[in-house]
Amino acid sequence: MSAHRSRPKVALFTTCLGDQFFAEACADAVRLLRHLGVTVDVPKGQTCCGQPAFNAGRRSEAKRMARHTLAVLADAEHVVLPSGSCAGMIRCFYPSLLAGDGAERIGERTWELSQFVVEVLGVDHLGDGLSGKRVVYHHSCHALRELGIRDAPLALLRGCGAEVVPWIAAEECCGFGGLFSAKLPEVSAGMADRKLDTLPPADFVTSSDAGCLLQLSGRSTHRRAGGPPFVHLASALWRGVAG
Amino acid sequence: MSGGTTPNRYRAEAARTLAERPSVRSAVTSATDHSNANRGRAYAEIDSERWRDWARDMKAHLLTHLDRYLEEAEASLVGNGMRVHWAGTAAEALTALRGIVREHDVRRAIKGKSMLTEELGVNAHLEGLGVHVREADLGEYIVQLLGEPPTHIVGPAIHKSLADCQRLFHERFGTALDADPDTLASAARAVLREEFLSADLGISGANFLAVDTGTIALIENEGNIRLSTSLPRVHVAFVGIEKLVPRLEDVAGFVQLTTRGSTGQPIGNYVSLIQGPRRPDEIDGPDEVHVIFVDNGRTRLLADDVSWEALRCVRCGACQNICPVYRQTGGHAYGWTYGGPIGAILAPALLGLEESMPLPFASTLCGACADVCPVRIPIPEILLHWRERAVEAGLTATSEAVGLAVFTKAAEHRALFAAGGALLRWLPWKAGGRALPVLGGWMQERSAPEPSAKSFQDLWKAGIE
Repeated sequence: MSAHRSRPKVALFTTCLGDQFFAEACADAVRLLRHLGVTVDVPKGQTCCGQPAFNAGRRSEAKRMARHTLAVLADAEHVVLPSGSCAGMIRCFYPSLLAGDGAERIGERTWELSQFVVEVLGVDHLGDGLSGKRVVYHHSCHALRELGIRDAPLALLRGCGAEVVPWIAAEECCGFGGLFSAKLPEVSAGMADRKLDTLPPADFVTSSDAGCLLQLSGRSTHRRAGGPPFVHLASALWRGVAG
Repeated sequence: MSGGTTPNRYRAEAARTLAERPSVRSAVTSATDHSNANRGRAYAEIDSERWRDWARDMKAHLLTHLDRYLEEAEASLVGNGMRVHWAGTAAEALTALRGIVREHDVRRAIKGKSMLTEELGVNAHLEGLGVHVREADLGEYIVQLLGEPPTHIVGPAIHKSLADCQRLFHERFGTALDADPDTLASAARAVLREEFLSADLGISGANFLAVDTGTIALIENEGNIRLSTSLPRVHVAFVGIEKLVPRLEDVAGFVQLTTRGSTGQPIGNYVSLIQGPRRPDEIDGPDEVHVIFVDNGRTRLLADDVSWEALRCVRCGACQNICPVYRQTGGHAYGWTYGGPIGAILAPALLGLEESMPLPFASTLCGACADVCPVRIPIPEILLHWRERAVEAGLTATSEAVGLAVFTKAAEHRALFAAGGALLRWLPWKAGGRALPVLGGWMQERSAPEPSAKSFQDLWKAGIE
């Protein structure tokens, strides 16, 4: 960062899945952002963005969670999430869900982690920590189609020296879909199988979203078919810096 | 036509297809992979973004002036010597057909590919009247021989492998078990040729109907529609009221967009523009052409502020091809005529919301369908809309309502939420997870997730190095 600019301040919203299942990945997001000269705060009181209720058609519950989240994030200069899906919820759906409550303002300042690093910080080279690694990237649907993030994570991984291996199913849904995975488990598992069956050989698979990673790794373990490990993008990028 | 199941049985049918007929999944995946690649190429050949905007706007204009256009269409069609019938329901459409069958003493009917006639149950109705009816599209012919409904809007038999067809044709026509696709098509052609020549009645749908000129436009690849509409002495076209376009010149734009979205072709092998019955100076054509305009729930969609956009659908099947949920099972599991994303948003209006459950929930909201739709129907948005209506109508599980109510309460209080999270991490998933509502569904197909030893909030409090 140029010296005369003040350090950007970020409110990290770790998401409910991140908090409980990907705590180390969230910590890696903190490490990565601090390494890039960002002041990181984790606003107290943060819980769930409301997406599970919103996607289940329970708008009033979603509204309550969105209002709570909006209050928690009200003072943030930037909001960064290690999740495309939850970032998409805040950026794309809060404005209509909470019309007139300042949701547009927060939406405009909300970013998925790799998007923030590339688009806001203007960084695409982090280090050489992934040099020689073959990496497969799973595009989470909401990062890709709601937020339009396609190149940022790939550029960062390549910038760390990784070879991003092409994957025919890279942009196909993994079958998680929140409650979908539990309500229609057989179809959901079939979708994960399509992903796993087409995976090319690699050192690891990475993605921006905890839900997708839980789905793919949970199915992979269940099938006992072996294959590469699943790593959250925040951890992959921090490895890229620190090796 | 539902193939003996209903939307309410979606989960069971989907699970059964996946478990018992894995060849369906592989056949559908491979066929749709092919269509997706072709569509991508075909869209890239034109300024498809602009054309899709144009198509969306044109259909939106049509639908917001539909009353006027329908009246004008009737006048144009009648002016061309066609007869027009109005059907509010499937039953009324079939009654109109029955009248024509009786008037002309129809014994044999041949049908060009049409999804609306599937929706209405035309074949079963004709058979009930003692009329022999034959599907003339090769894929439709195959599923008719098997006693199945089509699995896909454009590719009725894409759930069948080549081996399935070889076996079927071997049993029916004595072709070799390893006959190549051309040989199979020739065998079907020989049988269908007789059917075309002996039919009294030809039935079709309509891809578009130009209001200004009173022209029925039909797209196909095999020529069966052209034969069905020109050889028999009577032609009946079933036309959904949303199929109108204002001008004949609009048809040109819609034809190329539909075929590009569908099969990736710049235009169908045959495009028929039907202007009425055979005129005195013409060699071919039917003596009478009837148009049956069908509502069957479409005005219910039109009256809905959100889901009316689904009426722009041109039945290209692109959303089915790209849908990762549809691709697991093909269309039969959905339990009615239109499987996949478009079916899930049409069903609540055409069948009723309760009758459609759980189709609006049979999606991860991945958004791939909206990305490829040639008329830009916001399918995920409409799915969400129907989900909200389903919740309001009390059509979702009580356990889900209770669970989300508790979750929401906790999410408004960090301490409660943290306590719940700690409980979740402590929970012996492997031992008891199966017994719990949401976790049970998860554990059925996946290994237990490994929770972090400490929550991130705890790591943060302790300080992150």
